[in-house]
Amino acid sequence: MRIKVRIWRQDGPAAQGKLVDYDLDDISEDMSFLEMLDVLNEDLNERGVEPVAFDSDCREGICGMCGLVINGRPHGNTGGRDGEANTTTCQLHMRSFADGETITIEPWRADAFPVIRDLVVDRTAFDRIIAAGGFISANTGSAPEAHAVPVEKKRADRAFDVATCIGCGACVAACPNASGMLFVGAKITHLAELPQGQPERWTRVQAMVAEHDADGFGGCTNIGECSAACPKDIPLDVISTLNKDLRRSMLH
Amino acid sequence: MTDTTTYPDTAAPSTGPDSDSGSVSGLVHGVYREGEPLFDSKAPAGPIDKKWNERKFAAKLVNPANRRKLDVIIVGTGLAGGAAAATLGEAGYNVKSFCYQDSPRRAHSIAAQGGINAAKNYKEDGDSVFRLFYDTVKGGDYRSRETNVYRLAEVSANIIDQCVAQGVPFAREYGGLLDNRSFGGVQVSRTFYARGQTGQQLLIGAYQALERQVGAGTVQMFARHEMVELIVVDGRARGIIARDMVTGEIETHMADAVVLASGGYGNVFFLSTNAMGCNVTATWRAYRKGAYFANPCYTQIHPTCIPVHGDKQSKLTLMSESLRNDGRIWVPKRKEDCDKDPRQIPEEDRDYYLERIYPGFGNLVPRDIASRQAKNMCDEGRGVGPEVEGQGRRGVYLDFADAIGRMGEDAVRTKYGNLFDMYQRITGENPYEVPMRIYPAVHYTMGGLWVDYDLQSTIPGLFVAGEANFSDHGANRLGASALMQGLSDGYFVLPNTIRDYLASGPYPKVAPDHPAVVEAQESVRSRIDTFLSCQGTRSVDSFHKELGQIMWEYCGMERTEEGLKYAIEQIRALKAEFWTNVRVLGTNDQLNQSLEKAGRVADFIELGELMCIDALHRRESCGGHFRAESQTEDGEALRHDDDFAYVAAWAFDGDDEAPILHKEDLVYEFIELKQRSYK
Ligand SMILES: Cc1cc2nc3c(=O)[nH]c(=O)nc-3n(C[C@H](O)[C@H](O)[C@H](O)COP(=O)(O)OP(=O)(O)OC[C@H]3O[C@@H](n4cnc5c(N)ncnc54)[C@H](O)[C@@H]3O)c2cc1C
Ligand code: FES
Repeated sequence: MRIKVRIWRQDGPAAQGKLVDYDLDDISEDMSFLEMLDVLNEDLNERGVEPVAFDSDCREGICGMCGLVINGRPHGNTGGRDGEANTTTCQLHMRSFADGETITIEPWRADAFPVIRDLVVDRTAFDRIIAAGGFISANTGSAPEAHAVPVEKKRADRAFDVATCIGCGACVAACPNASGMLFVGAKITHLAELPQGQPERWTRVQAMVAEHDADGFGGCTNIGECSAACPKDIPLDVISTLNKDLRRSMLH
Repeated sequence: MTDTTTYPDTAAPSTGPDSDSGSVSGLVHGVYREGEPLFDSKAPAGPIDKKWNERKFAAKLVNPANRRKLDVIIVGTGLAGGAAAATLGEAGYNVKSFCYQDSPRRAHSIAAQGGINAAKNYKEDGDSVFRLFYDTVKGGDYRSRETNVYRLAEVSANIIDQCVAQGVPFAREYGGLLDNRSFGGVQVSRTFYARGQTGQQLLIGAYQALERQVGAGTVQMFARHEMVELIVVDGRARGIIARDMVTGEIETHMADAVVLASGGYGNVFFLSTNAMGCNVTATWRAYRKGAYFANPCYTQIHPTCIPVHGDKQSKLTLMSESLRNDGRIWVPKRKEDCDKDPRQIPEEDRDYYLERIYPGFGNLVPRDIASRQAKNMCDEGRGVGPEVEGQGRRGVYLDFADAIGRMGEDAVRTKYGNLFDMYQRITGENPYEVPMRIYPAVHYTMGGLWVDYDLQSTIPGLFVAGEANFSDHGANRLGASALMQGLSDGYFVLPNTIRDYLASGPYPKVAPDHPAVVEAQESVRSRIDTFLSCQGTRSVDSFHKELGQIMWEYCGMERTEEGLKYAIEQIRALKAEFWTNVRVLGTNDQLNQSLEKAGRVADFIELGELMCIDALHRRESCGGHFRAESQTEDGEALRHDDDFAYVAAWAFDGDDEAPILHKEDLVYEFIELKQRSYK
């Protein structure tokens, strides 16, 4: 198939960026979206033009490294509105696009995620939020026997479901406020569902939210675009859990 | 602890890099020499179940007040490196942690699907530490070191305790207790899992523990930093050179000890199930500085991956092996049928070849046999799926029609739904209607830097953990044992052994203008300059692909002396062309992904040659590898314990010199060696 890609090119963090058009006329439907970019980059290299910088690693939808805004949507996701299940950029395939289509490709845009180059952004703010409190303090070697504390299956399953967050940042990119509350809520909910997470429950939520705000993410106004863009379908109700825990933490 | 400039003998590892100065043979096959044998002197003598406790007791302690004066560099934030950094941080050491991704949470451990073994015996099905030890040694086809493997089995139970305490959401039963499944053809249920995302959940547990230490100030995190050189001063590992991948700055980091937990090197094949950035650079640079590289040719090839769709393919995707429990593998009996719709091929024209050749095990034969037979079928011209340029059709059917008939589509969906969805997303085909196509792919590398029982390499002060070392899986790895090894090394083994070395520190400060430091910095700069100024005609990827094809063809599942010799010549020619004809655009002082790749591919090319040399010298079929010259009358793998029951540890002897082979004999005191048979 033949396509046109319109790609955000920006030479460095302080440089001005712009959209640049490239034509590709030998793309197979079986290629993944990132393989299409690989082909473009081989071609650019050949022509003496510096390849487009973009992040990816596992290319299996699990590491959270990839993340492009495709035609205005993070990972191209619509939350099922177009009849397709949400996924990561690396799991998109060219057969989802039409022959002759123009595809616009941009980086995540959020104050907390500054652009490093082209389509690559800095997401270390997410690590800082986890460092602030997104853990259970259990030094190596201090753990009791694993079966000492049974966990209700329903709660263990919910903990797992929200722990599948891959930290890609699509939620932030999708949110008109560039809020990171879906990411924070997923971690709060994961740890709050488990008995092991109880001792630090109230300090955790306060510390993580404070770090989130300090990192320049916006506030949540319950728009729901985050969950609609999430490749792992993290549900919006993790933000309710977060808010509830934050309120209760004030009483502790 | 004293601030001494002379090193106490006890801190020296079992063998120093200069132990090969003894006798060295003439050239063998024209490509390598043989040096003195190698021993592991760290495992205490005595009963196997007492060794680890004794070693822990004998390893010196470091006074808590002194720990923050000791700097430890840890390269890698996967299960091994992440767990080690967290644990050493908790203990109060001053840790610097490095990864090439933008966050430590993205290390490739995240992609492991199936599960993690542990000898908990929660099912009361006869499992025990000894049985897990036995299964792992047998799975490794008797090419691993007994002492290390026993310890791995011994600490496995602690791993589960630790992970549960951290909040890892393992699958549970209705009673609230942990669920287990049987995995990789073993007879007991000892595999713990978190749906199909066990690696992700374990890594996030380790990552959170690591970030907690970052918050506490004991660990300093260097993400988007690539280690490009090791600094060895007076025979000891004292630091690394890392490139800041955002600014291009060449940074020097010094420490009292260096830990490499940089993962496996499967990407030497270009196509593998590894992540795009997985590389050998960290361990390869260490090899060039004196660390021995053990069993480089031991790679694991996984039979159930999604086949290659074309020559623009960038990586391969693994599907869980559990699919073989219910799917039936076949190819058409006749070549003419290979491009037909499989549903139109009648039963009598299908060859269910695994069921035919191995009636006892059928589709559940071990990974290496399933992989090799798939290759054989395709080599015979009976492969299916799209034609790949120059290689014919590379796929076999994995058919669920019978399973759907027997269990109903819903039951199949419950059991395998997520895998079927993944398959459909990648191939665009619906496996409920059309048989899946699968093909083997490189998945894991058992080889790695040689380490002793303390996980110390032949360079004093350089420790190696996780997939980057060679220690526990012999010639083939049992399913669900890599996650176990990563966490065992990181949480429990390394923190207990490295203290014996650190107890003799802090080691004397190294001046920033020490010749060894300057040499390392300059060699890094000159390499980068060469890449950028070469201005050749070929992209880095094109060299990587070509290397991958050579490796897959001649150093993959099936090897021959002739093929390996040919491959060595090809790789040498490729190396010469690479350094004179590669094209890397841009500059060093910003994010430059071609430049990153160039460094990795340069090292892969050299590794590829060593892998072929190692494969050439190992004239036996063993574990994951079939050596055509070593087979039984009916074409099965034939191992030669008399000649090859050793670890092949390779020493670098200079750029245009043949590497030197040091053999560590494998002595089986507790397990009896047996030939495998699946017929
Ligand atoms: C698809 C897949 C599925 C698997 N499934 C299973 C399973 O079910 N069960 C099982 O037991 N095993 C499984 N394995 C194997 C297992 O996942 C790995 O062997 C294991 O996770 C490796 O862990 P590690 O910590 O050694 O390395 P990795 O997790 O690979 O981490 C390597 C780290 O080193 C860093 N690094 C590498 N090079 C450099 C450098 N030059 N400079 C700086 N940093 C560097 C990386 O950034 C990363 O942080 C699977 C593997 C794959 C590929
Ligand atoms: S590259 Fe890992 S999730 Fe896309």
